[in-house]
Amino acid sequence: MEDSTAQKQEKENQESGEEERPWGEITAASSQDFKSGLSEPLESEQGPETEPYSRSSPPGSPQSRDSAPLGDLTGPGASSPPSPPEEPSSTPPLALSGQGLEAPRQAHPNHSVIPEAETPHSDHLKQSSDIGELTHLTCQSTGNAFPQFQQTNGHLYEPRDVSCSNSKQKELRFDIFQEEDSNSNYDLDEAEPETAPSVLETAIQNAKAYLLKTSSQSGLNLYDHLSNMLTKILDERPENAVDIIENISQDVKMAHFSKKLDTLQNENEMLPTYEIAEKQKALFLQGHLEGADQELEDEIAGNSLPNVMESAFYFEQAGVGLGTDETYRVFLALKQLTDTHPIQRCRFWGKILGLEMNYIVAEAELRDGEDEEEAEEEDVTEERDNEDSEGEEDDELPRSFYKAPQAIPKEESRTGANKYVYFVCNEPGRPWVKLPSVTPAQIVIARQIKKFFTGRLGTPIISYPPFPGDESNYLRAQIARISAGTHVSPLGFYQFSEEEGEEEEEVEGGRDSFEENPDFEGIQVVDLVESLSNWVHHVQHILPQGRCNWFNPIQKSEEEEEDDDEEKEEKEFDYIEQEVGPPLLTPISEDLEIQSIPPWTTRLCSNLIPQYAIAVLRSNLWPGAYAFCNGKREINFSY
Amino acid sequence: MDAESLLLSLELASGSGQGLSPDRRASLLTSLLLVKRDYRYSRVLFWGRILGLVTDYYIAQGLIEDQLAPRKTLYSLNCMEWSLLPPATEEMVEQTSVVKGRFMGDPSHEYEHVDLQKVNDGDKVFEEEIVVRIKEETRLVSIIDQIDKAVAVIPRGALFKTPFGPVHVNRTFEGLSMSEAKKLSSYFHFREPVELKNKTLLEKADLDPSLDFMDSLENDIPKGSWSIQMERGNALVVLRSLLWPGLTFYHTPGTKNCGYIYVGTGEKNIDLPFML
Repeated sequence: MEDSTAQKQEKENQESGEEERPWGEITAASSQDFKSGLSEPLESEQGPETEPYSRSSPPGSPQSRDSAPLGDLTGPGASSPPSPPEEPSSTPPLALSGQGLEAPRQAHPNHSVIPEAETPHSDHLKQSSDIGELTHLTCQSTGNAFPQFQQTNGHLYEPRDVSCSNSKQKELRFDIFQEEDSNSNYDLDEAEPETAPSVLETAIQNAKAYLLKTSSQSGLNLYDHLSNMLTKILDERPENAVDIIENISQDVKMAHFSKKLDTLQNENEMLPTYEIAEKQKALFLQGHLEGADQELEDEIAGNSLPNVMESAFYFEQAGVGLGTDETYRVFLALKQLTDTHPIQRCRFWGKILGLEMNYIVAEAELRDGEDEEEAEEEDVTEERDNEDSEGEEDDELPRSFYKAPQAIPKEESRTGANKYVYFVCNEPGRPWVKLPSVTPAQIVIARQIKKFFTGRLGTPIISYPPFPGDESNYLRAQIARISAGTHVSPLGFYQFSEEEGEEEEEVEGGRDSFEENPDFEGIQVVDLVESLSNWVHHVQHILPQGRCNWFNPIQKSEEEEEDDDEEKEEKEFDYIEQEVGPPLLTPISEDLEIQSIPPWTTRLCSNLIPQYAIAVLRSNLWPGAYAFCNGKREINFSY
Repeated sequence: MDAESLLLSLELASGSGQGLSPDRRASLLTSLLLVKRDYRYSRVLFWGRILGLVTDYYIAQGLIEDQLAPRKTLYSLNCMEWSLLPPATEEMVEQTSVVKGRFMGDPSHEYEHVDLQKVNDGDKVFEEEIVVRIKEETRLVSIIDQIDKAVAVIPRGALFKTPFGPVHVNRTFEGLSMSEAKKLSSYFHFREPVELKNKTLLEKADLDPSLDFMDSLENDIPKGSWSIQMERGNALVVLRSLLWPGLTFYHTPGTKNCGYIYVGTGEKNIDLPFML
């Protein structure tokens, strides 16, 4: 619409042919002069505003103005300041350039500038008021602006309407301008019969179109630049603005280019939110991928997923928990885990808080035969070590007599401390990572150090004594210790599977397997709370050595010794006491106290409704480990 | 956290794993309202829960109009009946610094501490063991006070200071922006400023006296004693103190929701420098 307006203006300009008019005045009468007159009403309206621009044109020359075309001109002009970066290409070239209008061209301010009532131009205003329909040009409060918009003459008021230089007003005016623009074409025609306004308006439109002309070098246009500059001045109100006007102009030009970065930054901030929401959406959708029937069968048949929501409900009664929707997301993430990995049984073990990110831990039992790959890798590394040691014998350096204590081999998978496999993820929706099996050395040192988790699995642990491994190993070691220390169940819930001859063997055999007791009848909740002997550990205790099953390093070394070391061997041979730990399923009343605090705290979760209350057990050694039982079911949870 | 937005706040703070059971929540909602009416506080905050061996203490605080004025602390064992605690004094803090270990859960329990004191008996000076008894209530008061002084957090802009002195809740506070929410410097200690006077004039020139009248978190020693995390992507920022483990501060950027809650055993983590 601007183009059409401008073209029309051009046509009109060419038709009227009167272009040599200074801006200064507006006279009501001569509608024939409205071409050049277009420029003048523009000028006069912005009379007070143009003052800072050191207008050169003398205010004296009478002109005829037309209000309607002026309004149209300000229309497109008004549309541009609110969105300067978008419009440089759209400004129509104005044929007024050929009109030889003077300096006033540059003094075309934006419509949002407040008329600072700089009085020298009040005479312009007066002159403008001479024009019948331009009376509104006199500085009035902006409140009157909008109603006057409705009049065709109201167009001229828009530049006046600057008492509040809010962008909001600008936008409002922009909208109205746009409407006016669309009407402008009609207005022009209709204005023809009105003598003064239409001439004036066309002149104004021409002037404005000229100002909107885009510079070929920088892509800016004068109208936008002037409007930005005036806005800035009015916002900041510097002292002696007229003296620093050139600097202001330069600043505005420079600022023009950095504006776009803001929008980009805003998008970046929200991106992580959207990413995680997308991932979690994937969690919710995964159930719909395959055929529903088959899935249901599979799930019901081999349901390896625990009912996390149910346990969460019980824990919530105790005042422990992650919040309902987070727990649900964890539930879905566990489901995803069981779908992607061959897992026999899994359980939500808990959440570990870290400095930067947290870990959500799941305890799982893999199906048989799944973790043979690990064993093979280890054999390869052992062979390589042997080869290296053989190479050293050729050296002539004195061999040290120090024989490092043989590294205690880690326990086989599925036994002892490595009974379960643990998976971690940082947030539900992120992929699960399997934690490596734990070695006794790691457990021993983990007992001696105390470090925060950062949340990234690859972080090295810097501590004294030095920890062999990185954060994933440390995490695994802590998980092993926590499980060994705090996983409990009511007495009788599990029973030993019967094996013959077990008791006669060496301790190496030990009782390390148990199964659920189908005859378990449940213990009264009150009993559970009162006496700790009703609860037993169902995870093997980890010996000081770092394993659950005692490993005697002396036996193995006898096989490997070399002839040279016979003497040494005798010296080193000392009787290492077999480390004994409490056997499986010992009641927790036997746990040692920590500095005179009992190691466990029991609570009935609700005092008010005892018949449905559940018993909650809280560990004082590992703050955050909870177990509950409501008579029949038990479960553990750690955070 | 504000008693009025209790449910939402508990939901937001639940990421730390400790929350409240439904019956406690329900009783808190009703009882805190009554407390507000009876004691005529302008705002009641649910401060948190201190875990004891036998029972837990539930702590609430009441504020008057001036947000930085000393707060009244109340405790309850069952979230229904609240008792006022005496204000903390220096003496109390010193006395209770010798008590270690968990809270018992019984407010009238007394800790015995054996103190060696020199007694002058004529010409002889000998040390006598004096058993000092410290009530658990005293210990509770001083711990709450220490936690408040050390780690109570409020975001920048949530409170403003009028020229006359009183500090008011800023009703035009729209929340921190995304970039501000990730920086420790946009969070302040919710207490009378201690370090502010030590800042250089240059630093002070950048501050806005009506908003920046409290100490910022970024100068806390040891560095790194705060863990700042974004949950749910960028929708929630959670600060956890590592010095007093159990204190969680949550804030939703872009909204007014913010608050802190302490759920823990009331023990300071003195191993902090070794754990970082």
